[in-house]
Amino acid sequence: MDAATWSSYLASVLRLAAPLLLAGLGVLFMSRSGILNIGMEGMMLIGALAGVVGASYSGNVWGGLTTACLAGACIGALFGFLVITTGADQVIIGTAVNLLGLGLTTVFGRSLLGMGTETVKVDSFPMIRIPLLADIPLIGPALFEQNALTYMALLLVPAAGMLLYKTNWGLAVRAVGENPLATDTLGVKVHRVRYACCLLGGVLAGAAGSALSLGILNQFTENMVAGRGFIALSAVIFGRWTPSGTMLASLLFGGAEAMQLRFHWVHVPYQFMLMLPYVLTMAALAWFSGRTKQPAATGIPYKSAANRNG
Amino acid sequence: MQGKPGKVALMAAWSVEAGFYIAAIAISLLAGALVMAAAGVTPWEAYELMWQGAAGSANSLKETLVKATPLLFAGLSYSFAYRCGLFNIGAEGQIYVGALTGTMAALLLPPMPFGVHLPLALLCGFLGGALWAGIAGALKVGRGASEIINTIMLNYIAIFLISYMVTGPLMDAAGSLPQTAKLPASATLPQLAGSRLHVGFFVAIGTAIVLYWLLERTTWGFQLRSAGLNRRAAEGMGMPVRRNLLMAMMVSGALAGLGGYVEIAGVQHRLMQNFSPGFGYDGIAVALLGNTHPLGNIISALLFGGMRAGANSMQRVTGASTSLVYVIQAIMIIVMLVNKHWLGGLKKRIREALIRKVERSDSASGSTQLNWNE
Repeated sequence: MDAATWSSYLASVLRLAAPLLLAGLGVLFMSRSGILNIGMEGMMLIGALAGVVGASYSGNVWGGLTTACLAGACIGALFGFLVITTGADQVIIGTAVNLLGLGLTTVFGRSLLGMGTETVKVDSFPMIRIPLLADIPLIGPALFEQNALTYMALLLVPAAGMLLYKTNWGLAVRAVGENPLATDTLGVKVHRVRYACCLLGGVLAGAAGSALSLGILNQFTENMVAGRGFIALSAVIFGRWTPSGTMLASLLFGGAEAMQLRFHWVHVPYQFMLMLPYVLTMAALAWFSGRTKQPAATGIPYKSAANRNG
Repeated sequence: MQGKPGKVALMAAWSVEAGFYIAAIAISLLAGALVMAAAGVTPWEAYELMWQGAAGSANSLKETLVKATPLLFAGLSYSFAYRCGLFNIGAEGQIYVGALTGTMAALLLPPMPFGVHLPLALLCGFLGGALWAGIAGALKVGRGASEIINTIMLNYIAIFLISYMVTGPLMDAAGSLPQTAKLPASATLPQLAGSRLHVGFFVAIGTAIVLYWLLERTTWGFQLRSAGLNRRAAEGMGMPVRRNLLMAMMVSGALAGLGGYVEIAGVQHRLMQNFSPGFGYDGIAVALLGNTHPLGNIISALLFGGMRAGANSMQRVTGASTSLVYVIQAIMIIVMLVNKHWLGGLKKRIREALIRKVERSDSASGSTQLNWNE
């Protein structure tokens, strides 16, 4: 095992963790406001397709990212309308969003981008090499020679922490997730806060999808998210519903994925590596019980006190 | 509201509900048509092809029944848990594990006659699913861990487990494909002469009827439903709620597991990777459309099965992806939920307007009658 292999392993851990982290932060905001997002998978797929379509039409990878975020915001708004305004069951809506994402992206992926060898390919996010830091042996090239979106994902972690724990809005989000009725009586617009979180979650889902399609593969393939939406959900749970925890879990799960891709000499069947995030999440859920819990109002639609009987 | 207010109100409620239900399905199909048009497929032609593929001939009808079978099992699985107050999103994983344990019973047990081997393999599929769901059930009852998250996690674990089994220990020694050897004839479900339709469909219908009886007509079913409707009241009545929740989860998983092995024994005849294109998740849609009633599930499973069978023939002709069905299905779920949760006020207004209209015409005819009596 030489230094170069380790270094390239570390680099791919970060690259594979970026989409998980972006999606995880999206799930985190929705989760903290009391919305269980099982539809992350479908949202990411839509983001992944929109990213490639936007990039190929605008001829610019940033145009792709913008399109992906806008598409994500749309689907986030739809999700918000369904779970907040109509108060429909979040589990079923999440499943429907996954189906919708898979169906729409497969149908339009074929009609817009072609299939097989004629598939449209686009440029990926530019690599940014941070001078001096990238010259540190071993970790330098891994940590400081990444694509732009990966840095962005990492920088979003402290930003999300600030937003959630140091601002009034963040306090409102957390309060709404724990006890919406009490928060409502204090004059916080519960539905508005939750809508904002859905939009934010959608935008981050779009960015996460484009991190896959524009950051890793440079093209869209059918069902390319392949369970990462659910891994992002796991990362939030495993990270105990905190931004930094979500980041560590994303790195861990990205590490497992990179291990499976890179180290064929590991004598564990690759399927067991791929199981790891799910097994760890179950273990964590069982372990947490009675200590850190998910926000208390998770999954329960809220009707304002004035509109209880409606 | 003198006279027979109950009857009029009930009639009004029924007709409004039925109208909205039909409108919801029509809107979903219309939205599907828009998506088709946007993707460059002529919607009318596509729907016609779908109809032909689903119900155009005896063969396509049989194909619809074949496709409806796993959907019905998955729908029943979701419905059962739902009626008991639990969310089992894990039918997909339970289908895989049931298929695995059933296949193991079919391949690894010593040769035995059909009458013993098939029931034994089906039972193993049933138990496999029960066990897999039981993990989530036990974690829910024992540690208070969310069964929603755990069943999702178990789905992926099951898919990777089956992937490992069919590329490793259970791989067909005679080939290089990731699949098991062919099942012995003594463990497969008989097919109806010259078609793909197998006995499994009738097993599924029978299961739905048994479930209906179990849930609605037995004390145990009442206890299970009570645990779902009002857990504290059920506890107060001295019902063993924790045990019932675990049992409900296991029965729900067992139904999916049975469906998994039925699909292998009736259609595939060997276990392979990714044999289920999301039957478990489709089951949620089936259950929702069937109003989580065991018998309602039969109708919605036939509808979705028909859409699947029809989509295949549509893809053959137009080249449009079968994924169009996912879009229609998703829109259908969304429209149904909006109908159920959001339009209550509108429906109430229409209902009241209807009742007023009936009353007015009633009182009008009443007064004329009075006149005649005079």
